[in-house]
Amino acid sequence: MRMRFVIPLGVFVIMVVFLGIGLKLDPREVPSPFIGKPAPAFSLPQVASPERTFGDANLKGQVSLFNVWASWCVSCRQEHPFLMQLSKAKVIPIYGLNYKDERDAALGWLEQFGNPYLTSAFDADGRVGINWGVYGVPETFVVDKKGVIRYKQTGPITEQVWTETLFPLIQKLQAEEVGA
Amino acid sequence: MTAELGHIALIMAFMMALLQAGFPLAGAQQGVPVWMAIAKPAARAQFLFLLTAFVCLEISFIQNDFSVTYVATNSNSSLPTYYRIAAVWGAHEGSMLLWATILGLWTFAVTLFSRSLSDEMLARVLGVMGLVSIGIQLFILTTSNPFERIVPAPPEGNDLNPLLQDFGMTIHPPMLYMGYVGLSVAFSFAIAALLGGSLDSAWARWSRPWTLVAWIFLTFGIVVGSWWAYYELGWGGWWFWDPVENASFMPWLVATALIHSLAVTEKRGAFKTWTVLLAIFAFSLSLLGTFLVRSGVLTSVHAFASDPARGLFILIFLAVVVGGSLTLYALRAPTVKDSAHYTLFSKENLLLVNNILLVVAAASVLLGTLYPLLLDALGLGKISVGPPYFTAVFAPVMAPIFLLAGMAPMVPWRQGDIKALVKRVAYVFEASLVLGIVLVVTLLDRSDFVTMAGLSMALWLVGSAGLSLYSRVKLRANFWDGLRAQSPSVYGMTLAHLGAAVFLVGVVISNHYSQEKTVKLAPGESVELGPYAFRFQGVKDVVGPNYRAKEGSFQVLKGDSVIAELAPQKRNYKVQRNTMTEAAISPGLLRDLYVAMGEPLDKGAWSVRVYYKPFMRWVWLGGLFMMAGGALAVSDRRYRLMGRRAEASEGAGVVAAS
Repeated sequence: MRMRFVIPLGVFVIMVVFLGIGLKLDPREVPSPFIGKPAPAFSLPQVASPERTFGDANLKGQVSLFNVWASWCVSCRQEHPFLMQLSKAKVIPIYGLNYKDERDAALGWLEQFGNPYLTSAFDADGRVGINWGVYGVPETFVVDKKGVIRYKQTGPITEQVWTETLFPLIQKLQAEEVGA
Repeated sequence: MTAELGHIALIMAFMMALLQAGFPLAGAQQGVPVWMAIAKPAARAQFLFLLTAFVCLEISFIQNDFSVTYVATNSNSSLPTYYRIAAVWGAHEGSMLLWATILGLWTFAVTLFSRSLSDEMLARVLGVMGLVSIGIQLFILTTSNPFERIVPAPPEGNDLNPLLQDFGMTIHPPMLYMGYVGLSVAFSFAIAALLGGSLDSAWARWSRPWTLVAWIFLTFGIVVGSWWAYYELGWGGWWFWDPVENASFMPWLVATALIHSLAVTEKRGAFKTWTVLLAIFAFSLSLLGTFLVRSGVLTSVHAFASDPARGLFILIFLAVVVGGSLTLYALRAPTVKDSAHYTLFSKENLLLVNNILLVVAAASVLLGTLYPLLLDALGLGKISVGPPYFTAVFAPVMAPIFLLAGMAPMVPWRQGDIKALVKRVAYVFEASLVLGIVLVVTLLDRSDFVTMAGLSMALWLVGSAGLSLYSRVKLRANFWDGLRAQSPSVYGMTLAHLGAAVFLVGVVISNHYSQEKTVKLAPGESVELGPYAFRFQGVKDVVGPNYRAKEGSFQVLKGDSVIAELAPQKRNYKVQRNTMTEAAISPGLLRDLYVAMGEPLDKGAWSVRVYYKPFMRWVWLGGLFMMAGGALAVSDRRYRLMGRRAEASEGAGVVAAS
């Protein structure tokens, strides 16, 4: 009899349950087609010294982070202190891809805030970024010893992302044999 | 300093919201007049503090205070001032503050126009609005503080997303929020009535103007949003069934149902529990929309930064507000008795059918919107539900609504005579059917049944609205006296239904007869589209305040005469490095001509998209008609004289003779 007045509540509760599950899922988490593939080939001038180049070959032989950054990117500024910490701890070599930036602005940025990168490649027109499937800055790729992309972090690396995802993965990758 | 002041003002507003909710609700329950009396001053103080907070954020933007994180992420010193003002609601934190401020504004408005409410009712209404305020402000203060500082302060900001650097941005979000949040007033009236056990026609009469005003804003917000998407995105479309668009459309459908249902409850004392439920639904869908946009559970072109902590907060908030209201409904609704008697064929029942259809339409949009999430949650894969689903589901539901909208105004309350009605409207019905078919066959395409049906339906709406008005007017001896004797709400209804017809014409014709071409054009070349030729004359460089652009120059010719000069742009924004397409449009009542530039090709040639869109403006014009209809209905004198006088006699007075 009175049950019909409870129906809206029932339907709503079911909906909330699904929305709750939905919160845990990420609709944008479309697995990057680049994961498990060799890093796309490139050769770019370095930010600090334009006459020298940096390319995919330099990423081989070690597990490394390849971090996409730009001086115009506010989130990079947020991420930056953590990268500095990482580079001081020398856990993993960090390389940079300076994306759609101007050289002077990029150098000034590194001077002002510090330089966590061993080398940064200068991708002024963003073509290498496109080949790597970059669609926002910052993004960070984990590249293994064979030069294969193993993980992509979209958005700033935080303490949480590092301890929960990146660091365990890096330890695993560093233990891998190159010949295997 | 300004940012801190804003932060403190927000905290003070939160304190006021606590006062506004706590004492009045307790006071109304226990019958303590002093506690109830706190509602009004607390609500006004709350609004004052919210306004202060909002103005502080505006000042931070205008003064380019990049030490405030939110300003640094969404503004830039080369951004023109009017966009800096609009940039306040350009991202999550600021738009939530706008949401809260607008809720404060509506609350303030309730305190101003509440003389006819009993103290107890007013205390409850303001108390419920205070509860909503508490939730939203707690959300801002704990997860989305727009006043947070960044150290060290960047010398320059990241700029506002170029998509948002447009006139549409200055009015679309505030109007939409006025609509969304305005539905909280009808919601609060409903909850207050359930709490106090006073679901009567006075309650419906109070709710009606508030619901109408919110609905007008919502309609306007959606119309502006659609118009903006049309010219800014450069795809030539005006509605994409994007989750965020759906989030605004669902409350609109339910609010439309609510307006009709409130009329029945006010005039006839029927459908009380149904009307209450609609009031709860309408605001719940607004909150759900907020959740969908803010939590990132669905992918959308309205890409707001998503954060699971925020999503969880809003979900809990949603569960408390909606769950709480529906529980209250389940407890109280069974005791409410409808006093009205009516037969099967009566205005009451026709409006009920209209209501059910509108709610079914909203439910099917909800299902389509949440379906990808549902499948993902059940581990059945990722899919997206697109326009094919929505058009397939929507047309069959909307068709009977249009039929009814023509008929129901002519059917009297209580008891209608179906034979008499059929006899009266048969001519109009047949005439619109024949005319619709003839028009399509002679002017358009003789095998296009969809457009025939659409046009016939629109003509039927126009014809029946005219007939309905005419039969009201002819009750008076003199025609002009008859016209003058009609209340504004009758004209409002007629205008709104005409708006639906105008909208329908726009949708059907622009959907079926638009033409588009993508071509490569070198300077001096032209492309033909229908009766028009677009001649490309070359590209020049243009420098804007924060972008550089290539501006194309096009002449549109019909025969030998130039009818329009169009200058679409390809802009490159300096800070965010985004390339934006600014389409150029030559608008007209009967057709839009639309040019958008694609990519530069070799030797000065460009890829260019040209569109011919007949009757495009009618889509938005229909929305404006509906709004104007709503505004007329609100202006009805009855609402301004909202005393506690009985109006039983008036309900019968506006019924047309059968």
